[in-house]
Amino acid sequence: MGSLFRSEEMTLCQLFLQSEAAYACVSELGELGLVQFRDLNPDVNAFQRKFVNEVRRCDEMERKLRYLEKEIKKDEIPMLDTGENPEAPQPREMIDLEATFEKLENELREVNQNAEALKRNFLELTELKHILRKTQVFFDEADYGLYYPYSSQMADPSREEEQVTLLGEEGLRAGGQPMKLGFVAGVILRERIPAFERMLWRACRGNVFLRQAEIETPLEDPSNGDEVFKSVFIIFFQGDQLKTRVKKICEGFRATLYPCPEAPADRREMAMGVMTRIEDLNTVLGQTQDHRHRVLVAAAKNIKNWFVKVRKIKAIYHTLNNFNLDVTQKCLIAECWVPVQDLETIQLALRRGTERSGSSVPPILNRMDTFEDPPTYNRTNKFTSAFQVLIDAYGVATYREVNPAPYTIITFPFLFAVMFGDVGHGMIIFLFGLWMVLKEKPLAAKKSTNEIWNIFFGGRYVILLMGAFSMYTGLIYNDMFSKSLNIFGSYWYVDYNVSTIHGNGNLQLDPKSMYVNHPYPFGMDPIWQLADNKIIFLNAYKMKISIIFGVAHMLFGVSLSLWNNQYFQRKTNIYTEFIPQVIFMCFLFMWMCILMFIKWIKYSAHNEDIEVTPYCAPSILITFINMCLFKKGTPLPKCPEWMFPGQGGLQQLFLIIALLCIPWMLLAKPLLIIRGQRKQHMPLTNSSNHHAPGTEPENTDLESQTVALPHKEEEDNNIGEIMIHQGIHTIEYVLGSVSHTASYLRLWALSLAHAQLSEVLWKMVLGNAMKMQGWAGGIAVWIIFAFWAVLTIGILVLMEGLSAFLHTLRLHWVEFQSKFYSGLGYTFQPFSFEVILESAAQNDE
Amino acid sequence: MKVCGPTLSLCGLILSAWGVVQLVLMGVFYYIKSVALFEDIGMEEKLDDPAEFYSKAETLYTQSAFNCWIAACIYVLLLIFSAHQFYVNSQSSHSHA
Repeated sequence: MGSLFRSEEMTLCQLFLQSEAAYACVSELGELGLVQFRDLNPDVNAFQRKFVNEVRRCDEMERKLRYLEKEIKKDEIPMLDTGENPEAPQPREMIDLEATFEKLENELREVNQNAEALKRNFLELTELKHILRKTQVFFDEADYGLYYPYSSQMADPSREEEQVTLLGEEGLRAGGQPMKLGFVAGVILRERIPAFERMLWRACRGNVFLRQAEIETPLEDPSNGDEVFKSVFIIFFQGDQLKTRVKKICEGFRATLYPCPEAPADRREMAMGVMTRIEDLNTVLGQTQDHRHRVLVAAAKNIKNWFVKVRKIKAIYHTLNNFNLDVTQKCLIAECWVPVQDLETIQLALRRGTERSGSSVPPILNRMDTFEDPPTYNRTNKFTSAFQVLIDAYGVATYREVNPAPYTIITFPFLFAVMFGDVGHGMIIFLFGLWMVLKEKPLAAKKSTNEIWNIFFGGRYVILLMGAFSMYTGLIYNDMFSKSLNIFGSYWYVDYNVSTIHGNGNLQLDPKSMYVNHPYPFGMDPIWQLADNKIIFLNAYKMKISIIFGVAHMLFGVSLSLWNNQYFQRKTNIYTEFIPQVIFMCFLFMWMCILMFIKWIKYSAHNEDIEVTPYCAPSILITFINMCLFKKGTPLPKCPEWMFPGQGGLQQLFLIIALLCIPWMLLAKPLLIIRGQRKQHMPLTNSSNHHAPGTEPENTDLESQTVALPHKEEEDNNIGEIMIHQGIHTIEYVLGSVSHTASYLRLWALSLAHAQLSEVLWKMVLGNAMKMQGWAGGIAVWIIFAFWAVLTIGILVLMEGLSAFLHTLRLHWVEFQSKFYSGLGYTFQPFSFEVILESAAQNDE
Repeated sequence: MKVCGPTLSLCGLILSAWGVVQLVLMGVFYYIKSVALFEDIGMEEKLDDPAEFYSKAETLYTQSAFNCWIAACIYVLLLIFSAHQFYVNSQSSHSHA
């Protein structure tokens, strides 16, 4: 192991694969997921590569599978996901797969086409059925009114006045016999009726008569399966000219016209015929559906499996496209990054691949030397990965740099908890985290697409730890939904008599006489919950605690930089940066922390000597500011100036040394570099003089090599740049340590805000219900508790939790990591089927 | 009979479980006259006589304790109802699948 502290050691390898064995070998490596291939033909575009045909075939297969999947989803057939992971099939199996998919797709398309045609037929017949049924009513009316207008006039002159005047009189006059009227019947979308009617009226100048009736049941559109409402209409008119005009309009409105016999007997016969045909069609349609269902069910059983296979084949060919062909075309050359630890495993996988392909020539794996920076590979498990993600979100560690993730596992939940200290809220988070951790497997199998849920689930171990630590700090602060737990009994007692209590509004408990003189066993004494000066007391405590944690955290960060310097053999950095940095931090800020401890230990109410009673206890902040300004303290009367003799001198010394560290950090490294460069220049000029004329070509060769090395170039940087860089670095550190120390006060600020918010919520919401007198109070408590619970979750746990989380993240990224972490690396992205399949599955959804 | 959806019944389940635990405990704390809850019993008037003060405080504490327990009982009912709804929902979703 050990790889949690630093990224894995990587090496660039050259891999020679025999053409026949290449596929099987790459397939094995894909299962392993430990090799990152480099693209050796970056200039060749995707269509000119060797295996472009195979990739294309895979794309085609994928398209067919997606089509199948879409159809399966449409029919709501459950797809069997056994979670099994079939190996990448042999290249020759690809043809079988292709044939299967081709057959399935064709079958499905045919079935769909047939079904659509049948449905269209069915729709037509249904419409015809409706027409025959609805128009019957019209014809019944027409028997008197329209078909024989003359008699209609006699029968009922008041009705259908328009038609009567229009046709009756003139018709009589023209021919003296009843007019023969034509008609068309059809079906139209219901919403088009008003426009259709108006159009007919205008285009035919009112010479046509339209009757319509709605079809109550919605009809299914065969092309897209939507349900549409339609109406039956029948149009009566006179003459061929009008007929063509009417037909044109019907066409324009996409109305379907159906032949409708004129004689009632014909109509009846036709209706009978239509009914039988509809019944026949129904059986055929049912059979078609059954067939389609059978095909899809059979496909659904295998589809996940097929997807995996096809995606694996595609990934393999895609990788093979990155390889170089050697001159003989007999073997493929690949370059890849490999973790040194796994070389054996990779060799084994390659051997398996060769055996599977039946090739006799073993593949060759050669380690190569390179000046390129290898990728950063941190091996993680499900517990550490969430923390690694938090770190990587800021910047991926430079190769082999100290990885802050293992320390973050403890410091992250802890600093979060300092801001979120509450047993109740901590328990909610803890239980939520615990549930996710315990139900890990079923929850992971669900593969939710909800982004927020995935974030929570991915960070389940972080949440679990944050909850546990919050419960701990909550016990220290003695806060549970803003109420204190009196577990051990308060160590304070009231010694006032009744008359004193009656006479005064606010009384202070004197620690000298009303305190048992040893602290509450664990955390805050519960009596503080009722005290008026609770906030003042807690502020002093939490501020000091925050600064102490902050200085410890930053010093830890600085000491990690020592480890980095040692590892990378940057000895000068230790003398020119690390040591002055530590001195600066210790002599200023750690000194302030030490003063806090001295104050805590030295001053007590029980002391007889006034110089060590709380009366004389100095303010640490004022002392520290005075120290930085070279000022003397202004003690109260009868108090000493310093906490201990010699403190003034010691502080001045500390400050001067700390200030001297600034030029040390600023100048030492550039000066050393300049001196080093001067020394280098001397022997170089000497050696060129010593060269014999015969060795000239070699020399140029050497020079061309040095140009190729990026490291050499860096050293030639001019002095100005180095000075500027060092200046920025120094200013950043010096100003940073001041501002970062102050920045840790956010621990106090957020903790105060959280405690106050939860207290206000209790008082304003739940407290009101509790105060209610009488038995109705029970109901009030019941209702208001629900309200309070929702607000607790929403505001205190979610929103406050998120804010505390972000502040913790900042403390880690900025205050902690700036001390040692450069984060300039890039991630190791191995060729792995697991990753490829996962990302493909996510794209699907 | 199905009244609530799966999410609502789950929320009811969690809320009422939490309510039962917290309110029963709070009732106990009121009953033993926890000083930490003194601010929440609605003692407004200033009483000069200590005996009177104590008796008043005691009735208020007991009252609050019973109020908490009443609320807890209602939450037990809600818990049973939500659990039943949850069960019904899980059954129907199973039969669908």
